[in-house]
Amino acid sequence: MRVAGKGLVDRSTTVSFRFDGQSLAGHPGDTLASALLANGVKLVGRSFKYHRPRGILTAGPEEPNALVEIHEGNQQTPNVRATVQEIFEGLTAQSQNRWPSLRHDLLSVNDLAAPFLSAGFYYKTFMWPRAFWEKLYEPAIRRAAGLGRLSGRHDGAVYEKAWAHCDLLVIGSGPTGLMAALTAARAGTDVILADEDARMGGRLLAETGQVGGQSGPDWVAGVLAELAALPNVRLMTRTTVTGAYDDGTFGALERVGLHLAPQADLPRECFWRIVARRTVLAAGALERPIAFRNNDRPGIMLAGAIRSFLNRYGVAAGQRVTLFANSDDARQTARDLHAAGIRIAGVIDPRPDASRSEEFPVYAGAEVIDTAGRLALSQITIRHKGSVTRIETDLLGLSGGWNPTLHLTCHMNGRPIWSPEIAAFVPAPNAVPGLIAAGSAAGMFSTARCLADGAAAARRALAEIGMSAPDMPVPEAEDGTYELQPLWAVPGKGRAWLDFANDVTVKDVRQSAQENFRSVEHMKRYTTQGMAPDQGKNSNVAALAVLADATGRGIPETGTTTFRPPFSPVSIAAMGAGGRAAGFAPQRFLTSDQASRDRGAPMIEAGLWYRPGYFPRPGETTWRESCDREVAMVRSTVGVTDVSTLGKIDIQGADAARFLDLVYTNTFSTLPLGRVRYGLMLREDGMVLDDGTTARLGEHHFLMTTTTAAAGQVMRHLDFVQQAFCAAWDVRTVSVTETWAQFAVAGPLARRLLSGFVETPAGLPFMGCAAVRLGGVAARLFRISFSGEEGYEIAVPARYGESLFRDLLARAETFGGGAYGMEALNVLRIEKGFITHAEIHGRVTAFDIGLDRMVSQGKDCIGKAASRRPGLTGPEREQLVGLRSKSGAAISAGAHLFTPGDTVGRATDQGYVTSVGFSPTLGAWLALGFLKNGRARIGETVRLVDHLRGIDVLCEVADPVFHDREGVKLRA
Amino acid sequence: MRYSGLKVIAEGLFGNTGWRPAWRDPAPKPEYDAILIGGGGHGLATAYYLAKNHGLTNIAVLEKGWIGSGNIGRNTTIVRANYFLPGNSEFYSHSLKLWEGLEADLNYNVMHSQRGLINLFHSDGQRDAFARRGNAMINQGDDAILLDREGVREHLPYLDFEQTRFPIYGGLLHPRGGSARHDAVAWGYARGADRRGVDLIQNCEVTGIDIEDGAVRGVQTTRGAIRARKVGIIVAGRSGQVAAMAGMRLPVESHILQAFVTEGLKPVINHVVSFGMGHFYISQSDKGGLVFGGDLDFYASYASRGNLPMVEHVMEAGMTLMPMIGRAKVLRSWGGIMDMTPDGSPIIDRTHIDGLFIDCGWNYGGFKAVPASGWCMAHLMATGQPHEVARRFRLDRFATGHLLDEEGTGSQHNLH
Amino acid sequence: MRITCPLCGPRDRREFTYYGAEDYLHRPAPDAAPEAWDAYLHLRDNPAGITRDLWYHETGCTAWLLVTRNTVTHEILEVALVAGRSAPKPARGRRAAP
Repeated sequence: MRVAGKGLVDRSTTVSFRFDGQSLAGHPGDTLASALLANGVKLVGRSFKYHRPRGILTAGPEEPNALVEIHEGNQQTPNVRATVQEIFEGLTAQSQNRWPSLRHDLLSVNDLAAPFLSAGFYYKTFMWPRAFWEKLYEPAIRRAAGLGRLSGRHDGAVYEKAWAHCDLLVIGSGPTGLMAALTAARAGTDVILADEDARMGGRLLAETGQVGGQSGPDWVAGVLAELAALPNVRLMTRTTVTGAYDDGTFGALERVGLHLAPQADLPRECFWRIVARRTVLAAGALERPIAFRNNDRPGIMLAGAIRSFLNRYGVAAGQRVTLFANSDDARQTARDLHAAGIRIAGVIDPRPDASRSEEFPVYAGAEVIDTAGRLALSQITIRHKGSVTRIETDLLGLSGGWNPTLHLTCHMNGRPIWSPEIAAFVPAPNAVPGLIAAGSAAGMFSTARCLADGAAAARRALAEIGMSAPDMPVPEAEDGTYELQPLWAVPGKGRAWLDFANDVTVKDVRQSAQENFRSVEHMKRYTTQGMAPDQGKNSNVAALAVLADATGRGIPETGTTTFRPPFSPVSIAAMGAGGRAAGFAPQRFLTSDQASRDRGAPMIEAGLWYRPGYFPRPGETTWRESCDREVAMVRSTVGVTDVSTLGKIDIQGADAARFLDLVYTNTFSTLPLGRVRYGLMLREDGMVLDDGTTARLGEHHFLMTTTTAAAGQVMRHLDFVQQAFCAAWDVRTVSVTETWAQFAVAGPLARRLLSGFVETPAGLPFMGCAAVRLGGVAARLFRISFSGEEGYEIAVPARYGESLFRDLLARAETFGGGAYGMEALNVLRIEKGFITHAEIHGRVTAFDIGLDRMVSQGKDCIGKAASRRPGLTGPEREQLVGLRSKSGAAISAGAHLFTPGDTVGRATDQGYVTSVGFSPTLGAWLALGFLKNGRARIGETVRLVDHLRGIDVLCEVADPVFHDREGVKLRA
Repeated sequence: MRYSGLKVIAEGLFGNTGWRPAWRDPAPKPEYDAILIGGGGHGLATAYYLAKNHGLTNIAVLEKGWIGSGNIGRNTTIVRANYFLPGNSEFYSHSLKLWEGLEADLNYNVMHSQRGLINLFHSDGQRDAFARRGNAMINQGDDAILLDREGVREHLPYLDFEQTRFPIYGGLLHPRGGSARHDAVAWGYARGADRRGVDLIQNCEVTGIDIEDGAVRGVQTTRGAIRARKVGIIVAGRSGQVAAMAGMRLPVESHILQAFVTEGLKPVINHVVSFGMGHFYISQSDKGGLVFGGDLDFYASYASRGNLPMVEHVMEAGMTLMPMIGRAKVLRSWGGIMDMTPDGSPIIDRTHIDGLFIDCGWNYGGFKAVPASGWCMAHLMATGQPHEVARRFRLDRFATGHLLDEEGTGSQHNLH
Repeated sequence: MRITCPLCGPRDRREFTYYGAEDYLHRPAPDAAPEAWDAYLHLRDNPAGITRDLWYHETGCTAWLLVTRNTVTHEILEVALVAGRSAPKPARGRRAAP
């Protein structure tokens, strides 16, 4: 119910929204929680385990009970805090974790079975009969568990990420944060002030005390106006700083569009990475409940939250109010309500000497011991002066004191310190380097002290980075007293809730101690205390106190669990913004990409690149038909393919040749100018890293090519070897992969295609290279082949790539040739026994692939020493072989090899198949694979077994080079 | 005290006041037949099997903090046997068989659930590599099914088959793969070991290893010296520090691995799903939280906490693969300390010191290995001989080149 | 985590690629004993505390960096260019396990 004259919401405008199908109205500035309370809605949710009716406990993001689904179109967001969600026209909210309805929830039967659902019960049962766990028990548990529902549909909404940098980050905009920000802002430093709330001001928006001679909200407005006018200040509302990370980096979640009706281009959320030289944590404090029997009913609310709803939203959450509080602070709730004309039925104060001089009844030395009301609170039972009394009430305010909001100070393993004075944990100093906790986040529960501490913290932070802030007057502030007397749980029978969200009671914690789960971490894990959506913000300290009591230890000895990021839950979509669809990884396109697509080629992923699979011709219905034709084309006429994805590394300097001798197993210093050599490169552990060709373009100038897959790794490796071991040498390396477009022209007619088109192809020997000109463009021509045919690769600056590709294709077609794709490329290389990273998969040595002789005896090279380890050579090693299906039946990569007659099993495994293709040239299924002692078994028969695809075929072991073993065609 | 449904009901009727401690809190004795350093999953399982399989009950587990405080309590709870290299295959296969009888053996419900694991692949080359793996699994006697794209769609209709950056070609389904409740595994083994007489000593940090004439004689601890002729080091990420007490340098580098859990949700993900291009794996716990993780933070660390780049990368992987999880909110993140070896496989072996044994190098695959690791380490410590299924997990295999490198990434610890 | 590259200034961790411990700089002689190669490639001090390790400014200047930092707190104490370092130090550490 709204209270006349109270609150900061805009009463002149009405906003309509829906909750569980019911149309309701609120005002701009309302949260869903304040609007529901204004409409008299108290029952908002059901608890996790017992499905107890629950209302609204808090007025902030720490809310454990009032979690709802927000629906929009066919999408929905589960577990939204009604206390955070702002209402907007058309907002549709729905209660969750209940069936069939919020009022009548069948699983509330769990509440009756509570004695059998005590802490950890599921570890002790559901074990017999064994098959029932997966068939019966677990599915039932899974269905019952969980809170809200995802839609199951792709989240197609917009999310963003951003970076921000500043001198001083101020987290929280209450009195502490505002003074910190103002102090730093007036000093001219770059300031970011972030607050999770939609409106800045923190508790000052919820309190009636004066600041600087004005009302709290008026003083806030003045400060914000000054800050907003300064160019060096960024004010970030609706922005929760979620995590503290190394070197002043913070994660922060901004709710950009969650308070508005969805719009196609409006991000829902933005995840910020804020890098701050210094930070002031002014996150305030969180009030804590008190545990007693049935303390979880709708209508039981934190005392400070009642004040927030009244003073900020103009909402009275009840009409006949009781309070149960162990400090002076909650009295202000009673006074504010009383002043607003709301009846206070009683203040139950467990402190025997508590002041009773109020205009409403105060029961000093009393405790609430029970409550009544099924779907909403109707009555409380108190114990006072030895007698038990019942009081009719529809709203009970609780306050067990306040806990500093110190979570961020624990994100880097800082352990908070117990302060007996306020019976709460306070942040350890320097727990996060560069971060100063100030005000009530540091345990100062006084507005005046917060104001002063905020200014002081900012000055200290700036001084640390060599900046100074002028002294400025700290405004005066009205303050109450605190005078807390700790009370965690009222002794008595029945269930007294600690963790409302996870339904953890005092009994559960005591039972956990009884079963020797006495470490605070054991207790947490055994009872699930603090593991619900509120992350224990409302309950951890009380649970700890109960555990300390149960184990006969003090709270400091009992210790506390660790707070880990995020401070409050963050959507996967926000932290994963940009990852949706193709955004997850860069896309690399060839210069010929469009030309290939124009010809109908399906583009397939090769690492980050897209390469054409094949180029279908009219009448071809399967990829195999196209592939077979393209293979035959290259073998008989001429084919063109884009090989630009190969890594290209330019290597220059007087010591370049010497450098290549170190990184390759074979020798490059002897390579003549204008020639190309195949090179094998090892990792330092002796395994093959990569292979490729390197051309000598000049006396001190080489061009290395790498495989597509290993281009980045090779570049990193070369840089390491050069900087770590050869820093004094005259050699420099740079990647030119994207600088050059390069095309292979292969086939018996390749030379004819190029002649007359390229200036000097004639006379270029196999493994030769030359600088050429192509229509006035400086180009490079290499006579190398990955197909086994006479082949050339021609490279031009990338900007000419597309036109050259189209030109080459046009010319090839006049010779009966054309483009070929990855599929044909793969078959061609299998026919020739050329390896790719299917074979050099990181576990093979030069010995394994039959290239041991390429490891030069006369010099050192990277990987040589380690490759000599005893386990890396010999007949036990699986060695590269060719395989040919004997029956002509299809074979498959990934199959394993066995000796015919052996049983098939791990123990008899002889090897495996890495690459397979149908060779139209030989009319046979061919494969490359690794076979134990394989080179000695050429000519033998092995059994190829692929259980997964149902293939069991005899194969002949062959030399890996099936086609033109002597290389006649290459050298033609 | 034997646990059962009847017991739960009986205790419930009487206010749950009759539950007895799950384990004792004994003071350390001056001498044991064997000491296990480390009260994590592997140490507790070793203690359990030493007592159960080998009748060695005069033993102690020494734990610096509280039992189960290491990686056993902070992982993504995946249980699988889908390795392909001989040496790994038989070990994980053995482990999975132990998992399948664990509840009955321990009289503790560890909630082992075989809802199936699907490893997605995104290219022809990856399909072939997974086929090799799947065939190796079947050769070992385990199960594997190669799914094509439509097969994956039947199981995981919520994946983004249309727009994801790396198209889904198919998946390797391991029907016996699944998950378990991680803490319960530690507690079940702890209770089982305690019931057989093993002393579980918490808050007892080992500060030195006593060695005389090349043989181990005991340990120094924060709770005094304890003598033993057999000592096992089973401390995962802390292996380097404890081994250094015996003058050893290990082939281990400790790294952070982060993991994440969301708020509770009604069931949306039944399987364990692993994304081949994004180092992303996810399952949904029985409580309803999505539990997921990614790759290492990639730098050596003992901080038990990570940084944002990997957090964001993992979330981005989730968004490209299964954008239906976008509105689930991450509730907690944490970081474990992974003992990474240069081939990604573990070590269960003797050391050059008589009576000193080591079980380490679990990289980030230690959870599923817990039963077999305990089984084999117990066998080694009791008999002095390596167990058949763990005989390749030698400490000297890096020196000799008998590597077990499933990833093929070589002698760089953080790449496995 | 932020690393101050001597050439580029302070940059976010995501610009860098990690390799491993400083050990990788102390490459044994080609004819060194197998134990030396084992130690170089595999065995690590793996300290919980101050360490020196190798980072590559991969999306920056491509310099390899030798970073002195604390593995427990992640505090970075010093960053130097690998190429600019003084003469290689002798191999450190305790003796290798046999």
